[in-house]
Amino acid sequence: MNMASFRTVIGLEVHVQLKTRTKLFCRCSTRFGAPPNTQVCPVCTGMPGALPKLNRRALELAVLAGMALHCEIPRFTKWDRKNYFYPDLPKGYQISQYDLPVSQNGYLEIGDDQGRFASKRVGIIRAHLEEDAGKSMHDEAAGVAESRIDLNRTGTPLLEIVSRPDMASAREAKAYLTELKLLLEYLGVSDCNMQEGSLRVDANVNLHIDTDSGTIATPIVEVKNMNSFRAVERALEFEARRQYDQWRQTGERLGDVPKQTRGWDDQREVTVPQREKEESSDYRYFPDPDLVPVVWSDAELAAIRQRLGASPREVRSRLIQEAGLSAYDAGVLVQQGPAMIAYWDAVIAEGVSPKRAANWLQQDILRLLKERSESIDEFPVSAEQLAELLRQVESGKLNTTRGREVLTVMVEEGRDLVSSMESLGIREVDASELETLCRELLQKNPSVVEDVRAGKVKAIGALIGQARKLNPNADPGAVRNLLMEMVNRS
Amino acid sequence: MSLTRSSAIELNRLFVSGEVSAREIVQTYLERAEQWDRRVGAFLELYRDEALARADELQRKRDSGAELGALAGVPISVKDVLCHRGHVTSCASKMLQRFESPYTATAIERLLADDAILIGRTNMDEFAMGGSTENSALGTTRNPWDLDRVPGGSSGGAAASVSADFCPIAIGSDTGGSIRQPAAYCGVSGLKPTYGRVSRYGLVAFASSLDQVGPLARSVGDLAVALRSLAGYDGRDSTSAPREVPDYAASLEEAMAGVRIGLLEEQLSQLHPAIRDAVTGAAETLASLGAVVEPVALPHAEYGVATYYLIAPSEASSNLARYDGVRYGLRVEAADHAEGGLVGMYGATRSRGFGPEVKRRIMLGTYALSAGYYDAYYLKALKARRLIQDDYRRAFERVDLLLGPTTPSPAFRLGELTDDPLELYLQDLFTVTANLAGVPALSVPAGLTEEGLPVGIQLQARPFDEARLLQVAGRYQAATDWHTRRPRIA
Ligand SMILES: [Zn+2]
Repeated sequence: MNMASFRTVIGLEVHVQLKTRTKLFCRCSTRFGAPPNTQVCPVCTGMPGALPKLNRRALELAVLAGMALHCEIPRFTKWDRKNYFYPDLPKGYQISQYDLPVSQNGYLEIGDDQGRFASKRVGIIRAHLEEDAGKSMHDEAAGVAESRIDLNRTGTPLLEIVSRPDMASAREAKAYLTELKLLLEYLGVSDCNMQEGSLRVDANVNLHIDTDSGTIATPIVEVKNMNSFRAVERALEFEARRQYDQWRQTGERLGDVPKQTRGWDDQREVTVPQREKEESSDYRYFPDPDLVPVVWSDAELAAIRQRLGASPREVRSRLIQEAGLSAYDAGVLVQQGPAMIAYWDAVIAEGVSPKRAANWLQQDILRLLKERSESIDEFPVSAEQLAELLRQVESGKLNTTRGREVLTVMVEEGRDLVSSMESLGIREVDASELETLCRELLQKNPSVVEDVRAGKVKAIGALIGQARKLNPNADPGAVRNLLMEMVNRS
Repeated sequence: MSLTRSSAIELNRLFVSGEVSAREIVQTYLERAEQWDRRVGAFLELYRDEALARADELQRKRDSGAELGALAGVPISVKDVLCHRGHVTSCASKMLQRFESPYTATAIERLLADDAILIGRTNMDEFAMGGSTENSALGTTRNPWDLDRVPGGSSGGAAASVSADFCPIAIGSDTGGSIRQPAAYCGVSGLKPTYGRVSRYGLVAFASSLDQVGPLARSVGDLAVALRSLAGYDGRDSTSAPREVPDYAASLEEAMAGVRIGLLEEQLSQLHPAIRDAVTGAAETLASLGAVVEPVALPHAEYGVATYYLIAPSEASSNLARYDGVRYGLRVEAADHAEGGLVGMYGATRSRGFGPEVKRRIMLGTYALSAGYYDAYYLKALKARRLIQDDYRRAFERVDLLLGPTTPSPAFRLGELTDDPLELYLQDLFTVTANLAGVPALSVPAGLTEEGLPVGIQLQARPFDEARLLQVAGRYQAATDWHTRRPRIA
């Protein structure tokens, strides 16, 4: 049997938690990690008679994200109730957006800096706001099934971003997620922290298989429970293989069976069928009568658009064009997030050459951050201090090796540049000091003088090594020049 | 005049002037309620100790010379549908029979801020669904005019509490006539304000787009004082209107010459003769007071009941989903249900917790919102609602107020319509349209049947024109004495 050729078709649904201090419809805190049920009120616990009140900032962040995704922002948007019973859904419905989302019809451009796939636009069908549910914790230890509910997360604002099925491989899906996460971080819309649940991904995937009788599509499967971008990539790779095998065995096509939901098992590296929520198909959406629709004015939308900063893509091309970085170097820096770019911009603003700044940031700063498990915001050396150090290197007052030693002291001991240099005994060597040093060396090494005079210029290198031992602050180039001059003069 | 026949305005004056103590007022009303409510059944609970303590506290406040609110010293009953911290809010349902609210409704906060004394919570149809208070799961309320008859509903306990002189003012809620219909049956005045005039925060929701809190009282003057206290913008209710609250009592004094009143002639056919006479008599009285009376029509009003019984149950089916036994209220374990586990607990709790009418409406609403039926029912009802709103807008281009009957017939006998929900729904024929259109409407006593049962007329006004509504109704009461007739409880 020969393999029929097929294409993988992937669409992603991403939920990101918006970066607001308070919940979407009440004033409770959205802080992560508080003791269970301590960030709750009558509204988010669904008490009788309590009413939602829209958090304007969440709505504006959603619009901002929509704008950055090149979406249309309709002038009219409203809230709908999605009705279903679940213990961590206090009202028995989720306030969401059904037919008139806050933004729609956009795209996100993705590429691969190693050229493994061509740059492309992934369509965005819609990005809508909704409230999160609570968390159910099931304890089935000791044979007694017990469930506990934590409503701290209930009502947290989520943006659900639904892509078109425009991705053709697990790699493209991962690139989409990486770029989307970066974009939202640059916008300040979300922290996109998968561990804290502020970013969640579901995938819809099927295959288009070329057969003798034309192209056929396999049933669409929804894949859930992927806890990292790496997991998404592996789950989709697995699922494509599995669907292909399934098709070879059963010949099942799209429409033959109901849409299936499968969960990714990270340990076993397989997807497994998931039990569906009871009667999940009919949510009986209808407009929420407790909330008034939003009607935007031009001025309001323009004010939000003004807050739109540069996208990661724009920052990358700025670094390439203005600072002359390679696409790879620019990619590495932008990947670090907006704080790193702010740091970079501050270093450059102090007059350091972009190439040198890029080298130091990528080689030294990233290594130190990794060793210290710090973010650039926590890094003890400010951009201004680093720039001061790099200027010393650039002017030749410090060589690169000495510069690294100084940086290490600055980081580890929290000293400023001058005090770090002092602690390493680094100071400027003046002309008379240099002359004394060189004279001493020539007197002690008459054989070297002979060799040089005989034309073996390389012999002078031995003296430069000795000079470094005698005085580490002496610049090797200056020592060399003076030694040659003295030999020739005598 | 005895204290139990004094108006709220008069009671407030007696207290503030020092002629009568707050304790004396409260004691008098409590004693009357304790003596007679065993027959009437208006109250689910009397706050005896709390009301007396509050009376004493207000007395000290008065004696210290502090400024007092407009309702200082006035005993008020509250329909058991408004949340009140530390008090049971049962909605006359087994589901919430022991539910103590953790917060207080805005309407109650406002009454308390005006120094009102809450003397108890009144019976109602379960979750405000019904027109006779027979749907209460917690007790029977009888009409003080004839103890074999219903007081109307759903604010039946509220209307009975005023009618029986247990308090001068009662707070009710009106979704399709639930203040006006029992007011008419019990011979008291009742006002449903404009949608958005009074905050719904803390009003246990039946149908969110129709619900409104309002007062019942023995006179229009007292309605004006109560409305002034209840009304006003509330940031916790997105649908509350940011409009100023006029001094309604002051507008009562104005002459009404030139006011244009539209007589809803179509509503005069198929009426109980005493009610038809009451409406035509009121038209003559108002004309003699200087009003210009002319016939008007609301062509789509005949679809009001059908429209209402799609929209209200649809919203209710979603609003009542939160009573699931998980967080508060009744929980019946799954062992009592055919299905085990979570689904069994839901089923057992909701089967046991809700009465038949509530279940009927949840099923109606769930059906109307279901996929495949939504367009034919819910969406169509929204369109009909728009037509009814247009009818009102056109009518109010010609006239300032609309005059018609409140109900087609006077109070019926207990049990008479229990097996005929459709006939019972038709009692809402004249009242539901004001809720669908969001306009203010009131009912005032305007006659007695041959059997000596009170009947009411309904006046409706433009949105937020309660001042005009109260002014004309006030002039009518100044010229007639129907509102001063009281039942003899026997
Ligand atoms: Zn809350």
